[in-house]
Formats: sequence, C-alpha cells, structure tokens
Amino acid sequence: MRSSIRTPYDRVVLAAPVTIPYVRYSIESAQWWIGRALKALVENAGITPRDIDGFCLSSFTAGPDSAIGLTQHFGLCVRWLDTIPLGGASAIAALRRAARAVQSGDADIVACVAGDTNHVDSFRHTLENFSRFNQDAVYPYGAGGANASFALIARNYMRTFGVTREDLGKIAVSQRANALRNPHALMKAPLTIEQYMSARPISEPIHLFDCVMPCAGAEAFLVMREDTAASLKLPAARILATIERHNAFGSDPVQVRGGWAMDIGELYSMAGVRPDGLDFVQTYDDYPVISMMQFEDLGFCRKGEGPDFVRHHDLTIDGSFPHNTSGGQLSVGQAGAGGAYLGPVEALRQVLGLAGPTQVKNARVGLASGFGMINYDRGLSSGAAILAGPAS
Amino acid sequence: MIEPIARPLRKNPLKRTRLPTLPPRARSRTAHGFTAAAAEGRFVLQRCGACSEFSYPARDACPVCLSAELSFVDAPRRGTLLSETTVRLPADVHFRERAPWRIGLVGMECGPTMVAHLHADCEEGLPVLMSLQIDNSGQAVAFAHPEHETPNMADERQWREMTADPKFRRILVTNGRSAVGQEAVAALKAAGATTVFVGMADPWKPFPGEDALRALQGVQIVPLDIADEKSVSDLAADIGGKVDILLNTTEHVRPGGLLNRRGANVMREEIDQAYLGFVHLAQAFGPVMRMRGADGVNSAVAWVNILSVYSLANWPAFGAYSASQAACLSLSHCLRAELRPGGIKVINLFAGPIDTEWFQTVPPPKVAPRAVANAIVSALKSGREDVFVGDVAEDVRQRLVDNPKAVERELGD
Repeated sequence: MRSSIRTPYDRVVLAAPVTIPYVRYSIESAQWWIGRALKALVENAGITPRDIDGFCLSSFTAGPDSAIGLTQHFGLCVRWLDTIPLGGASAIAALRRAARAVQSGDADIVACVAGDTNHVDSFRHTLENFSRFNQDAVYPYGAGGANASFALIARNYMRTFGVTREDLGKIAVSQRANALRNPHALMKAPLTIEQYMSARPISEPIHLFDCVMPCAGAEAFLVMREDTAASLKLPAARILATIERHNAFGSDPVQVRGGWAMDIGELYSMAGVRPDGLDFVQTYDDYPVISMMQFEDLGFCRKGEGPDFVRHHDLTIDGSFPHNTSGGQLSVGQAGAGGAYLGPVEALRQVLGLAGPTQVKNARVGLASGFGMINYDRGLSSGAAILAGPAS
Repeated sequence: MIEPIARPLRKNPLKRTRLPTLPPRARSRTAHGFTAAAAEGRFVLQRCGACSEFSYPARDACPVCLSAELSFVDAPRRGTLLSETTVRLPADVHFRERAPWRIGLVGMECGPTMVAHLHADCEEGLPVLMSLQIDNSGQAVAFAHPEHETPNMADERQWREMTADPKFRRILVTNGRSAVGQEAVAALKAAGATTVFVGMADPWKPFPGEDALRALQGVQIVPLDIADEKSVSDLAADIGGKVDILLNTTEHVRPGGLLNRRGANVMREEIDQAYLGFVHLAQAFGPVMRMRGADGVNSAVAWVNILSVYSLANWPAFGAYSASQAACLSLSHCLRAELRPGGIKVINLFAGPIDTEWFQTVPPPKVAPRAVANAIVSALKSGREDVFVGDVAEDVRQRLVDNPKAVERELGD
C-alpha cells in the first residue's frame, strides 16, 4: 500500500447519529421529514438551531427546494451550505465535504441530513426525472426503475464469476436476521433462504428479496471539531479515511466493479488499518449483488472471489464478518437519499457503542460505503469512509 | 423460435375495449436526432467530427475529446448482446400490461453500449443487428434483431408493437379506381390483411381493373366519395370500428399553376378532393382509430397518406396541385399529433410523378403504381414514418437537405 499524501481528518469528528423511523408511505412532505431530523439532531446534541452554522442536504423529493430554501424554512442561519444530489453516495460525500469545512474553520457545526418522503406516486416521479440519459435511453424501455438496469449488471456478473442465487440470498437472509434486532426495520418477519429462492421474479435474475422497499424517512449526523464535541460532552467518532470516485472504469462493457477498486489502496493507507482490522462493514446494498461486488472492490477478497467469501463467512451481527448490522436497506427500507446515510449512521452508532440491539461487540473501527446514480447503464458514484470510536 | 400469430377471433361486443397507453415519451432535444433517423428507417449514432469516436446516449459534447462537433451519422448496426433481462413488474402502466418485456445491453462493434428492446430470437453472447424504431409514443427507441432471419420473425410480440404489420388487419383503401389503389389492395392482401375495404365513388360506373378487384377474396367494395362529408361519415358509421389501417389513396392531379388559370374553380376542386377529403376522413375515422390503438392483434395501428414529393417544394408546372399537397402534408402533422394518444402511426409516402394518365406529359423516371404499393407494405412492416418512393422523390429529398433554395429555383425553371 502506498502512503497517502492527503491531509488527515485530524480533530474532526462525527456525532449525534439520528434516524427518524421509516414508514412505507407518508402523506407528509420531504421537508417534514428533514425537519424531524434537524430537531432530533439539536436535541441529541444539546444545542440550539442557532448553533448549526453549516447545513448539507440530500433529498430526491424536496423539490423544488434545495438546501438554501430549507435554511429559511427551518430558520437556519448558516455560513456553509451544500446540496448533494448523489443518491446512494450522498452520505460519504457529505461527510467528506463537511469534515473539510469544519477542519478549515469555514464552519463549526455542520448538520448533514438526508430525508425523503414517499407518497404513493413519488417513486414514479423520481424515476421519470432521474437523469437525461435515463430519460432518453433507459426509461422508454420499460425498465421503470433500477430493477432492470441492475438485472442486466447482475446477470453478467453472476455468469462471469459463477455467482449463484443462493450466494446472493445468503446476504439478504443474513441482513434480515440483523433487522429482526432493529426495532426500526420495516421488515419484521424472518426470511429463509427457501423463501428467498422461491420469491417471484421482478426482472430476472432480480427477484423480490433482491429489491429494497421505497419508503419515507430521514437520517442525519453532525460534523464538528473534537473540542466542540468534548465541550458538548458528545460521544464522537474520528474519520480515519475516506474515498470518493465518479464514473470510474467507463470502458468496462458491463459494470463488474465500482470506483472503490480504483481507490482502496489510498483508503486503507490513509486509515492505517487493513481490511481484516475492521470490526464491521456497512455496504450500500440496493441489491445483494452490489454488496458482493463491494466485498471484492473494498479489498476483503479478490475480484471473482465474492461468492466464495460469502460462502465462508457468517454475515450476521455476531458472525465472522458483521455486515449491514441494522438490516440494511434490504430489510430496513430505502428512504430515498436516506438510504445513502443508513450505513454511515449505523457505522457511527456502532463505533460509539450506541447501536443497542444491533451492537457488534467491541466494535471500534468500521467501514461504511456508498454507491449511487445509475445514470444510464451503471452506477456512477462510489465512496467509502472508515470511522473509529473513542475506544480505538 | 417464434410461433406464428393466430388470426384473431371476432370481437366479443360485450367486452370492454382495452384503452391505449403510451411508453414514456420525454426526450432531450438532442435525442430527436434518433427520431429523425427512425422516421426514415435509418440507423444512426452520434460521431465526433474531431476524434471520430461514436457515442451513445445522445450527448452535446464528445466524451473522449469534449468537441461539440457531434453529428448523427449512419452507423454500423452490428453488436453483441452482452446481458439481458425479462422485466416482469415494470413501474410504468404501458409496459406493466405488456409484461413480461425483454430488454438487453448491446455492445456495438463501433463502441457504445445500448439498452435495447430485444427480438425474442436474440441470444446472449451472439451478434445482433440494431435498428431505430418509432415506438407507440412516437419517439425513437433501439431494437435489437437476431443477425439472421428466423422463422416467423415478423410475428414476434415486441416487434409487432413497433410496426403496423398488415397481417390479420382490416384496411380501408379510399380510392379503388386509381391504379395505386388497386395495386395497394393486391399488395396488402398478399401481406396478410384479413379484409380490405375499397372505397368507390359511384360504384355503378364501370372502371378498368374492376373484375380483378372484385375477384380478390376478402375485398369489399364500399361506397365512398371523400369530397362528400355525409358519404364519409356514413361509411365510418358502418365500418369505422373495423378499420385498423386507413390508406388514403386520394388522387386529384391537374396540371397548371396560378397565372395561366382563370378563376379558382380548379383549385377549389383540388382542395375539395385532396384537402377537405382528408379532413372528412380524419374526422370520421380518426377518433375511433385512436380509441382502438391497443385492441389486440388487430388493433388500429396506422394511417397512411400518399403525398406528392412536391408537397415539400412547389413545382410550378403543377403549382396548384403542389400547394394542395402541401396543405395535406401540414394537416398530416396535425393528425399525427392528434392520433398519438392512441399510438397510431401516421405514415407519409412521398412520391414523384406516378406513371398514371394525369402525368402523361411528364418525362421519366416515373413511379410505377406497384412500386408505391410495395413501399406502403414495406413501410407498414418496418414501422417507418416518412418514406420516399422512386428516384425523383429521393432526388428531391437529398437536394432539400443540401440546399432548399436551389430546389425552389430549379423547379421553377
């Protein structure tokens, strides 16, 4: 591993992990959900809204608002503001930008929030207006959402590397076991591998339990200096390393890897840890096949060894490779851009020892990743962060 | 392998007619470069004028060198089917009621990867040939075909959604007296049309070709004088719900322009026959066709106009006729927009002078009526929207692209 020339995130921390429990459908607006998350942040941190001087927003359904409209809506007077429309990569990007803003003194306390509502017609509206390439060259083909696009990626990946549906099923089934310990997960019933295998096809090889359930919800955290957190007596986590990459490997005919593969050397050298030194991993799991791809691209095994890795590990909270300990989007639900935050917020809870029923024993250092924006034929954005708790 | 489609049963009058729905229609302005090509049955991709790279989807700068010199050029159609999926639960209403629907990722030999509708005989890992089609929403989509002909390939379910194939359809040909009309009836029957209704003004008047026409099985002569609003609406009341394809073969050709005529009588007659005849047909038959755009194997599917290529540029020797044809062309665009909610295609055939008596004095090349008829069938089977028939029409088309002002001057000489 080559050594990183990047500036470390010294004396910058994350604190106050917030989840506003999800519901399948909501008649409330995205603004309502984002407002609940901000309220929970200030209560959790023991601050007032006036103490927030930086705000970073991600939402698919807040339109026509971006972060600026919401400053007035919520009475925030900030000196640093960002709107991050990166879908599943939004949380990692938010964490990176906010950390640098705080580190440089451009802001003291940044609220990073993702929230989306889910009206009965919001999902279709999001699909129709997702991107120009999608509008011109995917949506007219009946794909109607990410399922068909990921089916094309999954089929090629499974054939190329000998992945079976059982391998992917193990990821989904393990996450459901984790979710049963998370009172906020929308999926409350156990899932067996038999049920996974016999589920109805949605867009082969994607079947029902490969898909996330769109829902309403919000997730958030605060970024601040270490001394600020100390003065607020807030448990806080350090950022050991981050990576972010967009539109990597564009010449791969079909996507078999994400941008992580380009940057993991830097991720682990900056963090000063090795993949086997992590206590848990939260991957972005819009489909189990994407989580498997990340096991390879994030360095837990080599390309093509994903199925073998899954076969030889227990992916549950108490297992040999605790993965998506909250249950992940597959079992908790996908609250729009909140889906990007689900893993990082859970990772923050884990390293702070605040994960309650889903807590991994002695979790000190963990990884959370993001993946997003299937603009045309592949997911364009990838990112990852390694967080460390005070005990590490 | 595709099973041939079966002839549809007579419609149960107690059953509700399934209403048409459209696939997603929104496109960027740039993407209409594909619409223009699909309308004429060409396959194009954007190619960079600076670095020669092909790209897809439609862009406004080259992804290799950032040049803005991207033009839509004829491109190699071969690719390989890299991955496929059968979509069983699409979010969109149009595809949901057509599910399962099969799409794939095709790696084109010239570089780009295209998401495409798949013909059922396309196999993963094997070569495919790509075409651009006009879908039910009127917009261009990519369609992948097997590299070689396969049995009954035109009957394939997803392909038939892209075309207006005459097989098992009922067709009204509006003028059975004309040579083009008679050739069209024969060609459409040969292409598998179930019934061809043939319009005839004053059916008691004998005409050449009558015996041959009456001898064809599945041909019904019906009274129709398209200049007479009542005659048109009477026929529509009778057979309107059974017309799946309407072929407007109205012909009213008179030589002469503006200054060498006295009065407007000849022009009025041209407008009455060609333009108002079109209006009468559209108002009588259009609404029910638009309702029947998803009515099973023999759904309403296309409206075909035969226009003079001089609708695009006035030919003063037939100047008033050219103007009446220009009016019809303009009206056809209105009709196309108004039939769109039904997914009905409006196909315009642009012909040079046809080898009939009214173009007696015009030197060759002239278009044989049979060539027009074959072009109609081919347009319906391939789902094209603008078709140029014969050498003169193709010549005018190319010259108009090149320099419309030169065409105006030269036609006037």
